[in-house]
Amino acid sequence: MQIIAQVLFLIALVVGIGFFIRNIRRLLRNIKLGKEVDRNDNKGERFAKMARIAFGQSKMVKKPVSGLLHVIVYVGFIIINIEVLEIIIDGLFGTHRVLSFMGGFYDILIASFEVLALLVLIGVIVFWIRRNILNIYRFLSRELKGWPKNDANYILYFEMVLMVLFLVMNATDYQLQLNGAPHYTSEAGITGSFPISQFLLPIFEGMSTATLIIIERAAWWLHILGILFFLNYLYYSKHLHILLAFPNVYFSKLQPQGEMNNLQSVTDEVKLMMDPDADPFAAPAEEEEGTEPDKFGASDVFDLNQVQLLNSYTCTECGRCTAECPANQTGKKLSPRKIMMDTRDRLEEVGEIINTKGKYEDNGKQLLDDFILREELWACTTCNACVEACPVGIDPLSIILDMRRYLVMEESAAPNELAIAMTNIENNGAPWPYNQQDRLNWAKEN
Amino acid sequence: MAEALKVPTMAEYMAEGKKPEVLFWVGCAGSFDDRAKKITKAFVKLLHEAGVDFAVLGTEESCTGDPAKRAGNEFLFQMQAATNIEVLNGYEIEKVVTACPHCFNTIKNEYPALGGNYEVMHHTQFLKALLNEGKLKVEGGKFKGKRITFHDPCYLGRANGEYEAPRDLLRKLEVELVEMRKCKSNGLCCGAGGGQMFKEPEPGNKDVNIERTEQAMEVKPEVIAAGCPFCNTMMTDGVKGKDKEDSVAVMDVAELIANAHDL
Repeated sequence: MQIIAQVLFLIALVVGIGFFIRNIRRLLRNIKLGKEVDRNDNKGERFAKMARIAFGQSKMVKKPVSGLLHVIVYVGFIIINIEVLEIIIDGLFGTHRVLSFMGGFYDILIASFEVLALLVLIGVIVFWIRRNILNIYRFLSRELKGWPKNDANYILYFEMVLMVLFLVMNATDYQLQLNGAPHYTSEAGITGSFPISQFLLPIFEGMSTATLIIIERAAWWLHILGILFFLNYLYYSKHLHILLAFPNVYFSKLQPQGEMNNLQSVTDEVKLMMDPDADPFAAPAEEEEGTEPDKFGASDVFDLNQVQLLNSYTCTECGRCTAECPANQTGKKLSPRKIMMDTRDRLEEVGEIINTKGKYEDNGKQLLDDFILREELWACTTCNACVEACPVGIDPLSIILDMRRYLVMEESAAPNELAIAMTNIENNGAPWPYNQQDRLNWAKEN
Repeated sequence: MAEALKVPTMAEYMAEGKKPEVLFWVGCAGSFDDRAKKITKAFVKLLHEAGVDFAVLGTEESCTGDPAKRAGNEFLFQMQAATNIEVLNGYEIEKVVTACPHCFNTIKNEYPALGGNYEVMHHTQFLKALLNEGKLKVEGGKFKGKRITFHDPCYLGRANGEYEAPRDLLRKLEVELVEMRKCKSNGLCCGAGGGQMFKEPEPGNKDVNIERTEQAMEVKPEVIAAGCPFCNTMMTDGVKGKDKEDSVAVMDVAELIANAHDL
């Protein structure tokens, strides 16, 4: 009987982890559909930034309530994973609480897991209340309707169930140890310390050993199977941030926020135009023939860079960006969070086509217009509030800018007044129709 | 004020075989916008007061390309940048000061990769440096004790991390500095950035400058201090929209310092 359980556990583990690896490979494949961008410079500074913002949660706590709750759930998640390690060893080898040889330290560990489990449970319940009962601006946006809202709630329910299972598992285990049940009892006395689950004992006291074992085993199995399921739910959910926040912060922009990249393709063109020795009738160099010239800006996910695509998978839809966005606050359609969600949804759509057909075949859609509307793009003030607000270093503004570049340079589709301002800059060196020769007139006026 | 301001140009300096210590980059708003021209003049007066050896490009200056770049016209931006860098490098400019955070950000951050490397300062940073060096005296004056709130320009604050220089100057004027609910890195945009200055806003339920003006009004200021000609326009319009132009003034930090001492 025991050996069957061990084999079943091994199968569950291999399937769970195997599926997870498949998903991660798809994720990496999709991200690599984007353009390469060199973010391997300044490794020290990048590590420090990752340690501070991703590991240290420094931006999370800027909103104290949700920040503190998040830190609890985050710490709980990391620490309780030590317990998962023990569960995996116990499951594979049929042992009972294999790490208990650590004695007093083990008691402290289990006790701290229990306290954290309770705190996580409370945190998650408060999160649920914030999301579903309190009218918090960033949880009311239209882009959260339907699946995103359900997704967020499923994750919360899941975490609640996992924590309850963990505590039930410990309570029944404790009761079994008190009852002196074989396999559970050790000669050294009670293994583990149960400051929280001891309060559940009244529920289990009168039960027979057989019933207790069934409950304990059920909780144990559901807990670990739940974790394996959750691991694989990540890819289909907004919850990927628990893994991707780290690389995402690492690869985020280090330059001042106001610095926007200069397009090399444009620099090359401008150099050519300004070069007095350039031969206007020159035939293109041989290797250039047949290759398509670089597209200016982005109209689809293929035109974005890999960091922007990683950004889209990392977004956990918290909406801090949208809550800070001046356009969104004043009722415009733009929501930086939606920019990230749309980018991810389009990338997933492309990925799904590759999954089924082996390569991408045009499905008549693109990121621009089919997902992100021009009206959204033109509402941006490039104020960087969204970039500043993101706790995991996402840059929605860079996508907005790349898409504006496509609209202006490939389609000449700037709003009319902007087109006029640009013509003015081109003709007289100022966005208004004033003559460049009058630029110093102010000095003579009184 | 019958006497015209003395504003030397780089061309004049060049003709005399001299080089000024700093180039004052005036910017399009500072050159052409009636409201912003007052800021330009106030800053020039302060430069004279501090005995700074400066010059402007005058008719050789052209838009940095900031609005074009942020509206998506990278091509026009780089054309402007190439032309401006040629002029700046031709005069062997090393140090630039400007009263426009957009020009400041563009020249400081986006010109280097295109061949334009200069030390670039926002006028509030420059004035603070003059103060520290003892070249400029800013103490109390007309605005002493007045309730003033500072609106952070996005391209000075968040974009380049400068929050303190303008505030330090205001403190020197011994004003009662009050902060809006949204300030510094959380500051709300005035609504002009990213090319919005030159177009009608997208449909919504409010204009951004009205929202920002309301935030400013919450702290009941006598003066809203700004550090950007575009913010200045937006906030001035916002205050007018609230019919408060008689009780709330919108002024650039440079104007506040110049006016405080009746320059």
